[in-house]
Amino acid sequence: MPDLLIELFSEEIPARMQARAAADLKRLVTDGIVEAGLTYAHAGTQVTPRRLTLALEGVAEGSPDSVEERRGPKVGAPDKAVEGFLRGAGLAREDLETRADKKGEVYVARIRHAGRPAAEIVAEVLEATIRGFPWPKSMRWGEGSLRWVRPLHRILCILSGPEGHEVVPLDVDGIRAGDVTEGHRFMSPGEIRVSSFEDYQAKLKRAHVMLDAEERAGTIRSEAQNMAFAAGLELVEDEGLLAEVAGLVEWPVTLMGRIDEAFLDLPAEVLQTSMREHQKFFSVRDPETGRIVRFVTVANRETADDGATILAGNQRVLSARLADAAFFWENDLVVAKDGMTPWREALGSVTFHAKLGSEADRVARIAALARELAPAVGADADMAERAARLAKADLVSEMVYEFPELQGVMGAYYARAAGEAPDVADAVAEHYAPLGPSDAVPTAPVSVAVSLAEKIDKLAGFWAIDEKPTGSKDPFALRRAGLGVIRLVLENGLRLGLRDLFANGPIWEVVRKDINARIGELEADEAKKEVELSDPEFRGTILTRTREAISEELASTKDKLEHWRKALLDWDERQNAAPADLLSFLHERLKVHLRGEGVPHDVIDACLAMEGSDDLTLLVHRARALAAFLTSDDGENLLAGFRRANNILAQAEEADGVEYSFGADAKHARTDEEKALFAALDQQEPAIEEAMKAEDFATAMATLARLRAPIDAFFEAVQINTDNQIVRRNRLNLLSRIRTLCLGVADLTRIEG
Amino acid sequence: MRQPTCFQDVIMALQDYWAGAGCAVLQPYDMEVGAGTFHPATTLRALGPNHWSAAYVQPSRRPTDGRYGDSPNRLQHYYQYQVIIKPSPPDLQALYLGSLEAIGIDAGLHDIRFVEDDWESPTLGAWGLGWEVWCDGMEVSQFTYFQQVGGHDCAPVSGELTYGLERLAMYVLGVDHVMDMPFNRPDAPRPLTYGDVFREAEAQFARYNFDHAETGVLLRHFEEAEAECAALLGQPEIDPKTGRRIVMALPAYDQCIKASHVFNLLDARGVISVTERQAYIGRVRALAKSCADAFLLTEAGGHAAPARS
Repeated sequence: MPDLLIELFSEEIPARMQARAAADLKRLVTDGIVEAGLTYAHAGTQVTPRRLTLALEGVAEGSPDSVEERRGPKVGAPDKAVEGFLRGAGLAREDLETRADKKGEVYVARIRHAGRPAAEIVAEVLEATIRGFPWPKSMRWGEGSLRWVRPLHRILCILSGPEGHEVVPLDVDGIRAGDVTEGHRFMSPGEIRVSSFEDYQAKLKRAHVMLDAEERAGTIRSEAQNMAFAAGLELVEDEGLLAEVAGLVEWPVTLMGRIDEAFLDLPAEVLQTSMREHQKFFSVRDPETGRIVRFVTVANRETADDGATILAGNQRVLSARLADAAFFWENDLVVAKDGMTPWREALGSVTFHAKLGSEADRVARIAALARELAPAVGADADMAERAARLAKADLVSEMVYEFPELQGVMGAYYARAAGEAPDVADAVAEHYAPLGPSDAVPTAPVSVAVSLAEKIDKLAGFWAIDEKPTGSKDPFALRRAGLGVIRLVLENGLRLGLRDLFANGPIWEVVRKDINARIGELEADEAKKEVELSDPEFRGTILTRTREAISEELASTKDKLEHWRKALLDWDERQNAAPADLLSFLHERLKVHLRGEGVPHDVIDACLAMEGSDDLTLLVHRARALAAFLTSDDGENLLAGFRRANNILAQAEEADGVEYSFGADAKHARTDEEKALFAALDQQEPAIEEAMKAEDFATAMATLARLRAPIDAFFEAVQINTDNQIVRRNRLNLLSRIRTLCLGVADLTRIEG
Repeated sequence: MRQPTCFQDVIMALQDYWAGAGCAVLQPYDMEVGAGTFHPATTLRALGPNHWSAAYVQPSRRPTDGRYGDSPNRLQHYYQYQVIIKPSPPDLQALYLGSLEAIGIDAGLHDIRFVEDDWESPTLGAWGLGWEVWCDGMEVSQFTYFQQVGGHDCAPVSGELTYGLERLAMYVLGVDHVMDMPFNRPDAPRPLTYGDVFREAEAQFARYNFDHAETGVLLRHFEEAEAECAALLGQPEIDPKTGRRIVMALPAYDQCIKASHVFNLLDARGVISVTERQAYIGRVRALAKSCADAFLLTEAGGHAAPARS
């Protein structure tokens, strides 16, 4: 069985597109040949800046012969119809078979398709693949109309076996397939003829092309680590950058350089960001001081001077870049040390959202909310408010304008420079966190207050204007904010009633006030005009206003008033509905979050139905205890007992049209098991109640579990329905005690299965 | 290869090299432009089926980049070197690398890389795919395969190379501040630095651009250029005086260039708000688009020449 090697050799492919392109090449070619009946044993892809490579092992020599059956017209159909059928099938009349059908005898054509050689199929599939390749962005070049990501220069396509290799005959817009590729652009220019994948890989390596992106990344990583280690330093790992850099070189050569002394005082984050974004340099840190002191750059070649010229050049470029960063830093520090007033004022002209006002408006709301939250999270209210007031100031600093990803981080530096308390500065840095499921959650109380306030304001704000995430659309990252609130609450064990926070947040006031203000203005205007018109002597004013003009204006004022009053009514409706809706959005996020922990969704539903479900900490305590309880033997049986009781009660209540909820009396108990159940309930009820009051769900459920034996025994021995109505009612009321007790812990009716 | 010693050595080496590669070496366009791409030799010649090959230095103005001559690398007036070849030859990358060698960049010692950077000019309604070319981590050129200009697909496709001359020369000459760069040979009887030639101009124009360019006048200029561009393109193709078919795409395009530069000045004066900005860019793009449409009606743009009788 031959092996197939394909290489598409082009000008430099953007790094970010390489991995995807390699996967697409594999998918399109293998799907294509399989569909054409050609099998293969194994497929592997490689990609460098200049080549996309696919190697298939164990490709069949060709596709097998096949027979297609086609049903034709009825026997005895007009000649014309039969001839048409024969033409379509490419057969003569004597080749046709006849077969009995429901409607009678019909002609059947058996068309033999001869198998096709692998080369023919590969050529066809590869051409279609090249012409229809799903590049995110493609282009034409020269005088051609072929599209590729950058000009395509060569197609290497060979089938190789023990006897040698053959070029798959293929020509795509003048690019003829061959068995030739090229080595490294600078280190090994010129053509290379190859006969198999092993030959290709080996010759490329000699020609300074490391074909495997993983190998390139691995080489870069280990060389960079070694260099840093040898200098007593450590590499700052950056997987995203590593993948990108590995896509920019065919022959990685790692070089470590110094950062000019003048820039070592810049914040580490600034050095790191500037080096990564502009130069694609890795940062190297002094483990003792935590400062960034060197950089690692990756060149695409070895040189006679061992990279000295390259390194010197990179160092000069970096100095020019860092001079810019230092310029921003120094300008910003001047503003910061002066108290950041110009920035905070400038936030007034930065729009947060057209319907939610400016960043300054938002800061005012967050500050009020942070203050309100402070006692509940154990923070100092003044500090929380202070931190919130400074939290967004860096958005208009020069450094954040240049590097938006440094928001918050820079704010903290500037807050420290302004002489703010460390807790305040830390809160400025941390108030965006957590940014994702794996990002750390702030734990310092002031940070928690501001971070929570920031997210609650955002969520309530977008719910207030009805811009909720839908499907895959979440342009304001509200799901992330929701998960942020959940994690902040749970990981800090906070006890908060979120419903009130959503409903009473300052955002509602802001938008409501705005509507009220409009209504106020319109009402004043309406009153003034009505007074003017009510005076029959009134003839208008110096501004040439006539009675008619004023009447017209009054009508328009009344229209506007109606509009805004209606808006206010709708507003009330939305303010009533939105907090509940937002809470259920958070509950959905919480279910996803807890699923990872192994808490099933029906357990959460059972707890959501209980009071206080907007207190997420309480909710999760309950859910965890219930999940653990239900997996125990006692729990499982108690649940069965509860269900039995609940079902019997439900049927009886339906039949009798009453609710059995009160009045079970031990004096009507007839059997020992019945009496024992009364005794057990009398004994355990107070204990359960006490545990519930202490929110000790585990103890409550463990106590509940002690009822399992008496309940089981009761059902075993006692028939609920008897002719004695007093006894029957008493037994139903007894079951109702069980139901009430169980439902007080969680809504067990929601448990599935 | 002779190692350049001054700014003009770099320019002359590029001129020589691209002349040798078969380009028509043109002179700068005599109007204020923001980049070499605005030269009609690029923008308009990239349109239509006719082959083309040109190289030239283009003085370029970016009023917002003015720093009074203080910045080591930012200038409100600087030079670009522009090469345009249509159709893009298959060995354009190799040709380009040859030009670096011609100005003293030895590919054996330096790390030269093609890093994705797609080019787009919203004012010209143009875009292309290509790279910024890095030499030892510094961007030394922009390399673009034009796909569209003035809203028209480019066929054939032009290959365009743009070198930022000051930055490139500073790198080759090992100079850290542009004003310290030798302009002519340092061993000339009267050696001049870039600063000797341009420092004063940078300060004066920075003051003018930022504080004194008369915005009322500029706004009027913008409107006038826009109106004149439209008026020129509105004329009948047959000139009543000569009886010849003369489509005035080039004079109209001059007005488009003018409007674009006036917009840049207004932008530097800070009188254009964010929303207005988009609107102005849209107006310049509309001009560029109609000039491109008109150019395609000229012989240079591939319009069939009338049969001679």
